[in-house]
Amino acid sequence: MSTQTDGSAGAPARTYSSYSRNVALRVLMTREMAIVVALVVVYLYALGNIQFFDGPLTLFNLSKEYAPILMMALPMTLIIITGEIDLSVASTLGVSAAVTGVLVIEHDLSVPTAAVLAVVVGAVLGALNGFFVAYVGLPSLAVTIGTLALYRGLAEGLIQDKRIAGFPDTWQDWPTERIGETQYPNIVIPVVVLVVVFAVLLHFTTFGRGVFEIGLSDEAAHFSGVNVARTKLVLFTLSGAVAALAGVYVALKANSVATDTGAGFELKVIAGVLLGGVSIFGGRGALHGVVAGVLLIAVLNSALQLDGQGSEVIQIIIGLLLVGSVIASSNLSRVRALLPRRAVKTAARSTTTPPTPTPGDDTRKVVQ
Amino acid sequence: MRINTKRFAAGAALALVASVGLAACGSDDGGSGDGDGTTVTFLPKNLGNPYFETSDAGGEKAVKEFGGVYDEVGPDTAGPDAQVSYIDTAAAQGVNVLVVSANDPDALCDSLNAAREAGTKVVTFDSDTNPECRDLFINQATAEGIAKVQVDMIAEQIGDSGEIAILSAAANATNQNAWIELMEAELEASHPDIELVATVYGDDDDQTSFDKTAALLADHPNLKGIISPTTVGISAAARYLSTSDAKGKVALTGLGTPNQMRDYVKDGTVTEFALWNPEDLGFLSAYAGKALADGDITGEEGDTFSAGDLGEFTVGADGTVLLGDPFRYNADNIDDFNF
Repeated sequence: MSTQTDGSAGAPARTYSSYSRNVALRVLMTREMAIVVALVVVYLYALGNIQFFDGPLTLFNLSKEYAPILMMALPMTLIIITGEIDLSVASTLGVSAAVTGVLVIEHDLSVPTAAVLAVVVGAVLGALNGFFVAYVGLPSLAVTIGTLALYRGLAEGLIQDKRIAGFPDTWQDWPTERIGETQYPNIVIPVVVLVVVFAVLLHFTTFGRGVFEIGLSDEAAHFSGVNVARTKLVLFTLSGAVAALAGVYVALKANSVATDTGAGFELKVIAGVLLGGVSIFGGRGALHGVVAGVLLIAVLNSALQLDGQGSEVIQIIIGLLLVGSVIASSNLSRVRALLPRRAVKTAARSTTTPPTPTPGDDTRKVVQ
Repeated sequence: MRINTKRFAAGAALALVASVGLAACGSDDGGSGDGDGTTVTFLPKNLGNPYFETSDAGGEKAVKEFGGVYDEVGPDTAGPDAQVSYIDTAAAQGVNVLVVSANDPDALCDSLNAAREAGTKVVTFDSDTNPECRDLFINQATAEGIAKVQVDMIAEQIGDSGEIAILSAAANATNQNAWIELMEAELEASHPDIELVATVYGDDDDQTSFDKTAALLADHPNLKGIISPTTVGISAAARYLSTSDAKGKVALTGLGTPNQMRDYVKDGTVTEFALWNPEDLGFLSAYAGKALADGDITGEEGDTFSAGDLGEFTVGADGTVLLGDPFRYNADNIDDFNF
């Protein structure tokens, strides 16, 4: 893992080229680009063929509904790349929405103060997940299934049978007001900022490099100097905080909070991340793919709804797409496992290094 | 390079799946928006609910009558903001009329108002939103109407004299208590020979209501009738009566649904009970939407419009239209309903 970094630092007598393909191919021929292409194809198809898809409300509604999903997908990407998972995001969102609602409506706090407190609560809930996963060493699947129920229970306890509704107008309106004359609501601005922040964190920092290393092998990452436990704790904390931010938005958007606010979002988030080319086994993935994956689900949903399809058709198509993408990627590695034998004869005369690990290689090359 | 080709093929396959999925749907006629008639979309609280299936069938009948294009969409579960994406879609499709039974009075407001700004007329039925988020609310019944029909029915069934009791839901249920108060006033004013001897609370629990009915009959041997203004209470009381000696001697009426009460009406335990007619409710909602879309009315108090066979209706305060007196279900008509 780390030898690559060392090698690129100063190894003049290298006997083989750094990459087996040129730059353009490396950028274009990836799973991520396949999703981006699928997104563009579906979008253009819908523009031309789905009635009303080119209307002024389509992109607005789509951004409004999928902003919280995309937000939560960002830290989820990093978590899944480390080989872990966070199923509790939607429940954390629910707690945050409940906290915001109770503080604003029942205790007359201002919306920004309540929002900050809600995000702090979310970060604490996330850190709790992180603590169990990173320092106690429990599997994240089990921990976050537990906290999925636990946090949802907290939200229900906070709300009980009260009706939480009627946020102050100015704050309630802001997230869903249009930016100038565009088709996008204001919430798009913080989402774009978060996308940039997480893209930089994952792809352009040593922390991000560590995330990929952990996904390939915890131990190898540890021995190459990555603080595995701290990295995981930070990621789960970030996930909680971002889910909480999404919770504040969802509460303000709906202007009411219920015990099941956001229920089921975690599956949409994880579907978007996996569709975006992130390996569920960890070690591989890129943020632009995830953004495209979430948007692909959003555009498909919107187009099918406008076309008058029921929710069952939409679910089936998105499910098929997800299964298809998983099959495609697993077959890909099977095909690749067969390839080297032929590849050695033809192209790889100079390949004297040990074979690279199969699933993780491309992404790390893109990263470099 | 070869890996790339495979990878590209995989990507292309993926894109193909997506576009094939869409193409398959694209070939289906998009439905609403193509016809030259008024497009009316019904959005019930959730799909697969017999009550709303009945009301939406009434809506469809009305839409066909005036030559519009009918559509029904809705979520599978009745979550507070589950309806939002359907409202957004209807707005983007530019439907003329959206008829909604709201899962939450606040959560739908922004989307409904966005739809209204885009030119869609919004009619709520069964469950209202905040009045500023819709053009009209079609109210199924008033408290006065509900109280009066139940008193009238029991008076008819027991010959306007004797002891009666009320089996209610929870002791602090607001709507129940409002109805009971109105029923007491109506009994006092118009039926001096009927004596209300007890009001008991079954907490809208089947077993509790069943036990309370047994206790009522034991405590009041001269009891001639029971009013249960709750669907849980009336079916539990009917279940008790149908197997007791009191069957046919103690009259039972109140608010119930045809599917719950069918057996008891047929075996003679219950002569007649009431509820509004959801089919008429949907029918009226569609006509109200049509009148709004045509510009015949704006939803102001005092506006009048015609709703086919149901006749003329007048908009009341807060943009509310009243369906009318509750509908009486008995052996003659109960098989016409399935909800």
